[in-house]
Amino acid sequence: MRYLPLTDADRKEMLAVIGVKSVDALYRDVPESALLKDLVDLPTLQGEIDVHRHMQALAEKNTPAGRTAFFLGAGAYRHHVPATVDHIIQRSEFLTAYTPYQPEIAQGTLQALYEFQSQVAMLLDMEVANASMYDGSTACAEAAMMAARATKRQKIVFSGGVHPHYVETARTACEALGLDVLVLPAAIDDEAAVAKHLDANVAAVIVQSPNVFGVITDLRKIAEAARTAGALMVATFTEAVAFGAIEPGGSYGADIVCGEGQSIGNALGFGGPYVGLFAVKEKLIRQMPGRVAGETLDAEGKRGFVLTLSTREQHIRREKATSNICTNSGLCQLAWTVHMTLLGEGGLRRLAQLNHEKAIALADALSQVAGVEVLTKRFFNELAVKLPRRAQEVVDALANKGVIGGVAVSRLSPRANMDNVLIACATEMNTDADIALYAKSLHEVLQ
Amino acid sequence: MRIETTSGNHGLQQAEPLIFETGHATGTGVDLATPKGGADRFGGLGRKAGLDLPGLSEPETMRHYVRLSQKNYAIDLGLFPLGSCTMKHNPRLNERVARFEGFADLHPLQPTSTVQGAIEVMDELAHWLCTLTGMPAVALSPKAGAHGEMCGMLAIKAALRARGEGEKRKRVLVPSSAHGTNPATAAAAGFTIDEIAGRDDGRVHIDDVKAKLGADVAAIMITNPNTCGLFEREIKNIADAVHEAGGYFYCDGANYNAIVARVRPGDLGVDAMHINLHKTFSTPHGGGGPGAGPTVLSAALAPFAPTPHIIKRAKGYDLREHADGTQAFGRMCAFHGQMGMFTRALAYMMSHGSDGLRQVAEDAVLNANYLLSRLRQHYHAPFGEGPCMHEVLFDDSSIRPKGVETIDIAKALLDEGYHPFTTYFPLVVHGAMLIEPTETEPKRELDRFVDVMIALAERVNAGEIAYFKSAPRLAPMRRLDETRAARQPKLRWKRGDNKTAIAAE
Amino acid sequence: MTRYTKDHEWVRMEGDLAVIGISTYAVEQLGDVVFVELPGEGKDFTAHAAMATVESAKAASDVYAPISGQIAAANAALSDKPELVNEAPEGVGWFVKIKPSNPAEIEALMDAGAYADYVKGL
Repeated sequence: MRYLPLTDADRKEMLAVIGVKSVDALYRDVPESALLKDLVDLPTLQGEIDVHRHMQALAEKNTPAGRTAFFLGAGAYRHHVPATVDHIIQRSEFLTAYTPYQPEIAQGTLQALYEFQSQVAMLLDMEVANASMYDGSTACAEAAMMAARATKRQKIVFSGGVHPHYVETARTACEALGLDVLVLPAAIDDEAAVAKHLDANVAAVIVQSPNVFGVITDLRKIAEAARTAGALMVATFTEAVAFGAIEPGGSYGADIVCGEGQSIGNALGFGGPYVGLFAVKEKLIRQMPGRVAGETLDAEGKRGFVLTLSTREQHIRREKATSNICTNSGLCQLAWTVHMTLLGEGGLRRLAQLNHEKAIALADALSQVAGVEVLTKRFFNELAVKLPRRAQEVVDALANKGVIGGVAVSRLSPRANMDNVLIACATEMNTDADIALYAKSLHEVLQ
Repeated sequence: MRIETTSGNHGLQQAEPLIFETGHATGTGVDLATPKGGADRFGGLGRKAGLDLPGLSEPETMRHYVRLSQKNYAIDLGLFPLGSCTMKHNPRLNERVARFEGFADLHPLQPTSTVQGAIEVMDELAHWLCTLTGMPAVALSPKAGAHGEMCGMLAIKAALRARGEGEKRKRVLVPSSAHGTNPATAAAAGFTIDEIAGRDDGRVHIDDVKAKLGADVAAIMITNPNTCGLFEREIKNIADAVHEAGGYFYCDGANYNAIVARVRPGDLGVDAMHINLHKTFSTPHGGGGPGAGPTVLSAALAPFAPTPHIIKRAKGYDLREHADGTQAFGRMCAFHGQMGMFTRALAYMMSHGSDGLRQVAEDAVLNANYLLSRLRQHYHAPFGEGPCMHEVLFDDSSIRPKGVETIDIAKALLDEGYHPFTTYFPLVVHGAMLIEPTETEPKRELDRFVDVMIALAERVNAGEIAYFKSAPRLAPMRRLDETRAARQPKLRWKRGDNKTAIAAE
Repeated sequence: MTRYTKDHEWVRMEGDLAVIGISTYAVEQLGDVVFVELPGEGKDFTAHAAMATVESAKAASDVYAPISGQIAAANAALSDKPELVNEAPEGVGWFVKIKPSNPAEIEALMDAGAYADYVKGL
């Protein structure tokens, strides 16, 4: 078998050294009835040609986003990832390296982590960021739990604009801990409503900007209200590119800013793996979950980097850990930092501007279609669009015309009472022809 | 000692500053279209905060990361004997398959009619995992092993609640040898932890379990094979006792590589077990992630599996994304899970097949026992009278009296061109050295490693303490000051940071 | 007269307050102290309750209240200079000062000689 280097001669020799007749003797602690005699009922070994063919056939049953006029965001975004990124993350020394617990032979990983943490902190205008989380939704859950630890309070309030998957993920984690979760009804443009629910039990209000409907909000007053009430404000997001053009949560005084980094460096990938970004105020560092790299010196006085503040983590604190997290998003985090390095400030600002201009063009084109109303007034690259019919039907009909027009709110949140609303997104990957096709197809579908 | 060069480079080892020290805000490695310009629709909320992100041209970016990469050890470079990490070869076919346009360029919320092949991949993977483990159901969405543990414990919690015993049963039994994620997960799931000590043979004993069982026990969490590299002989009896007492059996599947296709956890009475696709099924470790932790579930727990659920109909696949009308305990994450790891793992499974996977387990166990046999005269194996599974545990009792610690052996291994084994875990022995070669190591690599370990033991016996305490000398860096990093945390670059000032302190 | 617990805390009276810290032996086991988490003033503890945490780069240990009482002061110097615990664990590296609620509890603890014997046997 091509991945197994031992030969039969090797095996024989090794068994002799060990002093047993067969490998079965090494399984002697396994209850006899549990040690399988026969092969498991699955196909046997296949070479590359057959595996390739099988997987290729499965891939071809899908319609790649790029083969359509593609306008879907809602938590994952189609951007161009430069060719360099994939080359770098496939280098053996990055792909097949381990967590940098032995820093002397992991400075590549550690320096890239330190640079990543710095870039995230700058992007989100926060003091400190960690080495990444699994994704934006689990980052949001961890933020809620961190707020409960930091304030020693039990209640979390979600605005009506946070991505429903994020709310569900956080709710699952919070309720396991015995926290009280209040989710405000879905609302296109009312992040500030959370402030009405502040009381002495609230550990955090969780808002999103741009929110799931694409709406941008000034979060400053919400942050102040939270602070007055002794609670934290968590500003979450799903589209990291937005902060190349709009104010990030840190600028509004958020205590924790967390969300999805997939837009930078990482393909759509049908939902994963992605990369969660997590940044906090310095005073909250010791409550922060996840890994973090720090700068130090070696025995010769040379600058180097190590994982640090490890005593927050599960391998040391066990049941008193800040979180049960073990991994970060490694390769996806590397892809993020490489792409961000290629962009630089100028490139990121330009990329953001291009996205916004496409979204403006989309908003204007869709507004021209009879019966269609663009609900999002202040946006980066996503829009909530109100239709005269059930959005799910429209989305399906558009798909038949080669247009992925967005996602129906009812798919994300069946109880939102917004069955006629869909969420559409435009990025730098959309052409004017795409936008024209969308408007034309929408018009036809609504006849 | 080290020769000082003008550049700071040492041959192929290049000194490489931070991007903040070499890049600048107008540098860039991408050419984007020129924006039209014109009024924005941000409602006055455009970015005012500075960005200060440095950019580099493509050649500079390539050099930066290639130079960094040369400072990393990797499986592709050599043996990575980390116990419980299963650092096996990462097949490149998997990378090719994961990057097919039909997988990589799919949005998770596309109409399901346009992603039937992707859901079929998930369904096939589920079938392989369920068949291998002998379990009827699997939750695919957990994004890492610890996440899978949480999934399993939340399913148990939901099952208890459905029985009306959610408030009554809050205590979880965890062996003292458990990986830290086990108690951390149980605590995060709202349980209290009750530790069970292992016995002299490194295993959990049924009597000790029975002594702790009671009407308030929710579950036991056991790693099998355990963190000492041993198969828990009494596992079936333990499972039966726990079930009889009304509790559930969570199995940490980190060490599944020893028994894949040879033993089915379902036959041992397991109720939930997470599988680390990045361990047993070769998805890359990537310097720390991403992982994937699909969790197989028994019939008792299957109804509580988190969304999304894969629904197979005559006309094709559907995804049930909401818990309404089901007993699902909730959602582990947005969307559907680590699809990029599903394609890789499925390609791996298909490449091996049921016969190849069986050989994987057997070669993994053979390699570890070979190391045990050849090293046992030179290092103390506390549980070495019998065979180990896929990993072998030594302690520091043979070196400590000579003034050498486990960490010193580890640092000396760096100079010999190896990543060290797992150190100081499990906590149940002093100065643990946990060695897992995996099945993808050729015999000659094992022999070379043995030769090095024996030579180090001889140096210990010869009293060469200074040799160890000053290691490593040949790695890209000498030992790093972790105390300083923890006392004065510097977790990011800030404008005004001076590279030379820090070194001069 | 300094007294010691089996968990390696020390306590001695200064006026009507009990000064508490961790022993030299404890510090030797711990290695370089990087962080100390202390309780706030006014908090009440019963003897043996977990009161503080002390961290090295690789380990975290609970520190238990040797006697019952209320925290009168916590050593603020430790937040900037945790290394004081390594330099003078039984002096300027003290952790908290407690107003004892039951002074008799101190007498029940080991004196320096008994503690030295206890440590030898570990």
